[in-house]
Amino acid sequence: MTHNKTELAVAALRNGTVIDHIPSEALFKCVKILGLSATSHRLTIGNNLDSERLGTKGIIKVADLFFPEATLNRIALIAPTAVVNTIRDYEVVEKRPVELPKAIKGIVKCDNPKCVTNNEPMETLFETVDDAPGIIRCHYCNHTVTNSKATIL
Amino acid sequence: MNPNSLVSIDDLSEEQILQLLETARYFEEHPNHKILDGKVVATLFFEPSTRTRLSFETAVNRLGGRVIGFSDASTTSSSKGETLKDTIKMVSNYVDLIIMRHYLEGAARYATEVTDIPIINAGDGANQHPSQTMLDLYSILKTQGTLSNLTITMVGDLKYGRTVHSLLMAMKYFNPTFRFVACEELRMPREYIEFCKKQGIPYEEHSDFSREVIDSSDIIYMTRVQRERFSDIMEYERVKDLYTLRNSMLDTSRNNLRILHPLPRVNEIATDVDDNPKAYYFEQARNGLFARQALICNALGLEVGK
Repeated sequence: MTHNKTELAVAALRNGTVIDHIPSEALFKCVKILGLSATSHRLTIGNNLDSERLGTKGIIKVADLFFPEATLNRIALIAPTAVVNTIRDYEVVEKRPVELPKAIKGIVKCDNPKCVTNNEPMETLFETVDDAPGIIRCHYCNHTVTNSKATIL
Repeated sequence: MNPNSLVSIDDLSEEQILQLLETARYFEEHPNHKILDGKVVATLFFEPSTRTRLSFETAVNRLGGRVIGFSDASTTSSSKGETLKDTIKMVSNYVDLIIMRHYLEGAARYATEVTDIPIINAGDGANQHPSQTMLDLYSILKTQGTLSNLTITMVGDLKYGRTVHSLLMAMKYFNPTFRFVACEELRMPREYIEFCKKQGIPYEEHSDFSREVIDSSDIIYMTRVQRERFSDIMEYERVKDLYTLRNSMLDTSRNNLRILHPLPRVNEIATDVDDNPKAYYFEQARNGLFARQALICNALGLEVGK
């Protein structure tokens, strides 16, 4: 019984998506990237929960909503540890860690004011840097951005 | 997107660089070869640069092509708010090749994505300037007989100098040894030091433009130390003459030493150096014509007969 008091008191999802192991500082950015800020689906967000892996973690549970893989991978930039659970009929039918795509389109702002992406109507594009995990490079002006400090559009 | 566009020197493989240098040499030996007869080329200079523009335009003219374009964005529809994409798409209707200089970094890369006409980047902000690198390589090859195993000393503004960054990267194929001579404020940026380490390229950093450094160099690449780059004007005043080359500094240098400078030269090379046979900076600018001719033909997919 005492054990249950430390858990979130929320009904288990029948169908939906649970994203677990989100670094606490990235939780709200993830909500934004997934377009959940104004959703009408039943949504539970938890943050600063105890985590063996991360110390503290955030978690997102949304009912009756499933995301395409490409959308889920967009959060990989700021939440590389995140794990996506697909729930159907109360069962976890799929559990997958997020993967950072090689090309990160339209999510991150370039912090170079002289970059063409900040001065023309166009999408940003960043690429991962081979020997430098945690750093991405603007495809256009070559400036680098540290993933954790990325400004999310 | 056209696969023959050139935005950055990194777009070229070692083989392509060597091929282009060979083509440049061909054009130096065969001026006025009318391979561009019937072609129209646009020079779109959204930011003025008389030297580069004249060099490219001469290159086209001497090859028998025709040039259209502009040299200042304030006289064009850009000043009315037309997007870069629209301008490029519009000009693509008229020409076979676009050569562009723009004040925004990444502009040339973006241009390659909005048209199938080939693009040559003539400079995008502080980012890339590949035709300068090609003419620098051609100059080194001509004066040293090889690109390999040379000691190259870069002096002046190594922090903001896009020409030194680009040359450093292009030389990676040719087993160079670098010396970087600059004040603390204008040191070669970390990412290029890391690049040297990763590529196994030996380098040294010096704050002193000493006789030892000069005497062990095959190439000295001078750059201008600009006042605007300094947050502390007193520091600028302190260093502005420390990286000046004078003729007396060259008397024990190697016979094959050549002095390069991307120009314009202000006071970092004293005028008494100009008559020294090792001063190469004006011929270097002339080599720009041949290097650019080679780049233009490459961008148009034209084979140049030997």
